[in-house]
Amino acid sequence: MGCGCVEGRGILKSPIDLSLLDPTLKKYAEVPGSLILVLQKSQELYGYLPNDLLLYIARRMNIKLTKVFGVVTFYTQFRTTPVGKHLILLCQGTACHVNGSSEVEASIREYTGVNEGEITPNGLFTYSNVACLGCCSLAPAMMIGDKTYGNLTKESAARVLKEIEQKELAE
Amino acid sequence: MKITVGRGSCGIAAGANEILALLEQYVQGMGLACPVLTTGCIGMCCLEPIVNVTDGKGNTAIYTGVTPEAAQEILKDLAGQESRAEQYKILSVDLENLNAQTRIALKNCGWIDPENIEEYIEKQGYEAIKKCVAEMTPGQVIEELKASGLAGRGGAGFPTWFKWQAARSSQGTEKYVICNADEGDPGAFMDRAIIEGDPHAIIEGMMIAAYAIGARQGIVYVRAEYPLAILRLEKALAQAREYQILGKNLFGSSFSLDIQIKAGAGAFVCGEETALIASLQGERGMPRLKPPFPAQEGLWQKPSNINNVETFANVPWIIRNGGSAFSCMGTEHSKGTKVFALTGKVARGGLVEIPMGETIHKIVYGMGGGIKGGSQCKAVQVGGPSGGCIPADLFDTPIDYHALSATGAIMGSGGMVVMDQDSCMVDMARYFLDFTCKESCGKCTHCRIGTRRMLEILERICDGHGSEGDIELLEGLSEQIRAGSLCALGQTAPNPVLTTIRYFRGEYQAHINCKKCAAHQCKPLLIYRIIPEKCVGCTLCAKKCPADAIAGDHKRVHTVVDDKCVKCGKCVEACRFGAVEVE
Repeated sequence: MGCGCVEGRGILKSPIDLSLLDPTLKKYAEVPGSLILVLQKSQELYGYLPNDLLLYIARRMNIKLTKVFGVVTFYTQFRTTPVGKHLILLCQGTACHVNGSSEVEASIREYTGVNEGEITPNGLFTYSNVACLGCCSLAPAMMIGDKTYGNLTKESAARVLKEIEQKELAE
Repeated sequence: MKITVGRGSCGIAAGANEILALLEQYVQGMGLACPVLTTGCIGMCCLEPIVNVTDGKGNTAIYTGVTPEAAQEILKDLAGQESRAEQYKILSVDLENLNAQTRIALKNCGWIDPENIEEYIEKQGYEAIKKCVAEMTPGQVIEELKASGLAGRGGAGFPTWFKWQAARSSQGTEKYVICNADEGDPGAFMDRAIIEGDPHAIIEGMMIAAYAIGARQGIVYVRAEYPLAILRLEKALAQAREYQILGKNLFGSSFSLDIQIKAGAGAFVCGEETALIASLQGERGMPRLKPPFPAQEGLWQKPSNINNVETFANVPWIIRNGGSAFSCMGTEHSKGTKVFALTGKVARGGLVEIPMGETIHKIVYGMGGGIKGGSQCKAVQVGGPSGGCIPADLFDTPIDYHALSATGAIMGSGGMVVMDQDSCMVDMARYFLDFTCKESCGKCTHCRIGTRRMLEILERICDGHGSEGDIELLEGLSEQIRAGSLCALGQTAPNPVLTTIRYFRGEYQAHINCKKCAAHQCKPLLIYRIIPEKCVGCTLCAKKCPADAIAGDHKRVHTVVDDKCVKCGKCVEACRFGAVEVE
């Protein structure tokens, strides 16, 4: 763990294996307007967008690095730092705010012991506050992977994380 | 006979996938000849998971809040065995609410399988586009839209026909029709529900637009946060191509169209047309000055027409039933129906579609069943970060573009967040400014820096450091941001602040002058106190206090040390005698 590598989904080995992205680049490098798509595919592959990768994309797509970096920093989906194996998207939409998402956040912070965007020491979790997930009728809600958890309380949010953690430890 | 399980995002989050798997397993085990199918969200999100059972005669029974046990009871009932299925049947009040709606955009949501084109076709699907191609000229299609009075449902409420006409009049053979599914307003989810529940309606709506303006390419710009919507839309597009509903020379004519999906990457401002176009071109989604309008110079400088999901979903109905059937619903200035996403402190949250002209009161108290837990309603926030807070005493305001604007709010995309006495209006204003400040693209100085300054003032007020003149300062900045911003994000960003000042000035003054937050939301303003008469000296609160801020010996009355108190509320939760009070 010392090198900052994150095991599991979005494995990162240093130095990064840039060739993983080649099939995507082959398909889209020449297609105008594909930068966002390429960045999305890259993040799926690597878990985040390290500088080396951005430089590689810029060169291969013949787009200035400043422009690539400008796009990466503009959209909330893109990350330039690694995240834990399970990324918790905590909804901070209006309905969630009114129904106590700040308490859920406090509970997640307490459980994980890290701040937003940081990785837990065991590499399992990172949480991120996001704008509305569109599950307002289930407020407060959070999304982990493809699964949405609704009607959260301080206790149930911590329970969800505990269950995931126990499952991971069992494997 | 068939069973359908509501599997929109909300249903799935409530456990619909597990229920579907169980039903399939039981059906097989019991040897019932009954398919278990999927449908989208019917809009009664608070009652999920929802299971429909349709008998041989076509009568449907709706079961709500279906648990694994309930699933078993439902099947027992189907098999003719004695069961307790009746207790899971939808309450008559919920059924009445559902039937009281006028559903056009949501017509098929919750009733058809979104992943099966046949079911859409059965419900008159793709008849409208066939009618356009076979019987109508593009000009006639636009005339029909004009007669309907349909206005953009994404927020601005601009007449749809006018945009189509402008795109049609633009020169050039290469044109684009674009569906804006970048539903970013926190508190609105009707676009997600429509795509997840009835994706073919969007495709058909876009096809009609493409036919009218002369486009051969369509793009749906969807939020990346809606993976299920993207998946269902992908399937729907593939099926439409397979059925030769999309492709070349459609329905024996020279009309050709294909539609692609582009996933957004998370930027609220991309709901603005020109920003959306920039994003489609792989750039930072920053708005530009109009004109030229997208209808003149849009994607790749080609004429482009952009409409919202709900707008497109209305189009096939209008063509099938005629524009006048649509325009006879609603008010003088707002025609047809509108979908609202009712959330917050409301008893029955979900989606409701009603004719324009109904009152806010009817939505909140009629459809929504009033306030959760029976407490008193304070306001509704309408129109997301661009909208405003409408106080409870203005709930007889009709749903109408003009009437809502007169209150200082806007129709917006139809998010309606209900707030009770536990919501602090200054905190709500702070919340929205925090949102717009983060989402400002940074192009216009007034929006970029002005919203930041407004946020700082609001944070100061919420932290107990507000000073005389802050309200006036906020009002002044609001005017400047409105005047100095290029796009609607900046122009409308002050709305939540201005409406809360307008209707809840007293709350601002209490925060600033008395350092009090009556709703107990602004933590720094709270004072925790132990009532001596009630305290038994059990020491539980002192043990739970993370800041060591409670003093007192065993069996003696405890006290809160104000300097140390971090206002976390753990003592209130811990005390079993109700001895800790918050002011």
